[in-house]
Amino acid sequence: MSGRAFVFGDDVDTDVLAPGRYMRLPIAELARHCLEALDPAFAAEVRPGDIVVGGRNFGLGSSREQAAEALKALGVAAVVARSFAGIFHRNAINLGLPVVACAEAGCIAAGDRLTLDLAAGTLVNATTGETLTFRPLAPVLMTLIADGGLVPHLEKRFRAPTTERSA
Amino acid sequence: MSAMTLAEKIVARASGRASVTPGEIVTARVDLAMIHDSGGPRRVGPILKRLGAPIWDPSRVALVIDHYLPADDPESAAIVDGARRYAAAEKLGHFFDGEGICHVVVPERGLLRPGMFVVGGDSHSPTGGAFGAYMFGVGATEMAGVLATGELWLEVPGTVRIEWTGRLAPGVSAKDIMLFLCGRLGMDGGRYQAVEYVGEAIRALPMQERMTLANMTAELGGQTGLVPPDAVTAAAVAAAGGDAGDWARWASDADAPVLEHHVFDASELSPQVAAPHSPANARSVAETIGRHVDIAYIGACTGAKLADLHMAADVLRGHRAAAGVTLLVAPASRHDQARAEADGTLAVLRAAGAELLPNACGICAGYGTARFGENVTAISTTARNFRGRMGADSSQVYLASPYTVAASAIEGRIADPRPHLSGASR
Repeated sequence: MSGRAFVFGDDVDTDVLAPGRYMRLPIAELARHCLEALDPAFAAEVRPGDIVVGGRNFGLGSSREQAAEALKALGVAAVVARSFAGIFHRNAINLGLPVVACAEAGCIAAGDRLTLDLAAGTLVNATTGETLTFRPLAPVLMTLIADGGLVPHLEKRFRAPTTERSA
Repeated sequence: MSAMTLAEKIVARASGRASVTPGEIVTARVDLAMIHDSGGPRRVGPILKRLGAPIWDPSRVALVIDHYLPADDPESAAIVDGARRYAAAEKLGHFFDGEGICHVVVPERGLLRPGMFVVGGDSHSPTGGAFGAYMFGVGATEMAGVLATGELWLEVPGTVRIEWTGRLAPGVSAKDIMLFLCGRLGMDGGRYQAVEYVGEAIRALPMQERMTLANMTAELGGQTGLVPPDAVTAAAVAAAGGDAGDWARWASDADAPVLEHHVFDASELSPQVAAPHSPANARSVAETIGRHVDIAYIGACTGAKLADLHMAADVLRGHRAAAGVTLLVAPASRHDQARAEADGTLAVLRAAGAELLPNACGICAGYGTARFGENVTAISTTARNFRGRMGADSSQVYLASPYTVAASAIEGRIADPRPHLSGASR
């Protein structure tokens, strides 16, 4: 996957990703306010395939998965950050949004063209020519991402035809 | 068998293994799943329908309506109504409607015991660690998976042990401990591992103070925050109508390896205040004394249990909030509010000018109509002061203990509570 980088700093919290006052709205409307406290133009400018880049402890705060879901609704292909808050990290994987913890994420600048290879653990920055590396997710979690998240993954278990289930 | 920490013992038991090793991914079975109206039925219901899966064991599900109360707009009313219908249709084992905030209501009904493995659809779920239960927060999709299967994946955590020697001084509380830790270790200090709180000062804490400690493990960035069960735990569980069982087995082995071991002296801790917009901005109260406040807020699972109301009343007894300061109190549960009414605590707060708000998450979660307005400065007993969370983006929220919030209400500016203590609550 490849896209433009939208870069944010440390401690991007769930209240700026999914503000409480819009939580009662459908996800498409909530997503229009995603990150607006940090970058009012973000939701309007981000395009499918773009990549959000953060600093330390990305997604700290609430367990509200709309924080990850809003990014996905806007078409964000992956989040790359120096480190993630635990619940956000779980939620993103369970929603099929790739999350990449990369210690060198700080050297990515806004607008850089990035290409991610999740399985290989490489991030190529076409703008700077740099290649960053990261530890891929555990295989069981890569399977969840590949299936599109926990729900499609479980659908295979609950909705599988009997013949497949017994195979 | 190799030595294990308390967290590892509970995870091993839940995953049906003799032992587990930090870093491995296991499948753990859940003893209880707690959901609320915000992340609960409206989000898990459609997923379960899509899966065609029934709830694996409705008797192990607790639904608490606490976020969208009072339901004062059509969307909120629809969410709450949907949750009520879901509880009935799915025959959920435990349903609490308007009884208060989930993290306080579920244990006050005796549903948490040492050694349990519990998930909650809310980030402050580590509160259950006060009872020696491995409890942590998950999102709605993950919760739907739990409701469908009764299990979830877990990377076995290592343990970050935090020891507090000595005793807290008068006017210093569990909230000050946690603000201090957020300031010292940062909001990722818990490394999404299991945090274990030990030492003389922790053992001396009554149960609701332990709940505040475990609760703010969320802000410290731990997955769960455990207080090793002891006689205080057993008595609290029994008083709530539960059975603490063989609680003594739920303890870390003395030689179990931990990731980090921090030691702090409780007797040296001063009241802490976290400046906007992060709990990690916590410093000694002396550094923010004198800052003008418009609102003093005593609310939330973190800061409005009976013990918190007692702390506030200790300071406010015989005093009034300063002119121009709005003092708001949202007791964390109906049960705690009733107890505070019965023992005279609420009378003290009312006499101080407090306005009572519903037993719900309210302003702390950024929900409802009482949210802070433009340019308001507030001091709050809650857990999080992120920009815009509790009100307008321009509002400024300082976090502190109930003692400090009450003292600040009296003075109309951030104040050290220690000269204000009446001693009546101790």
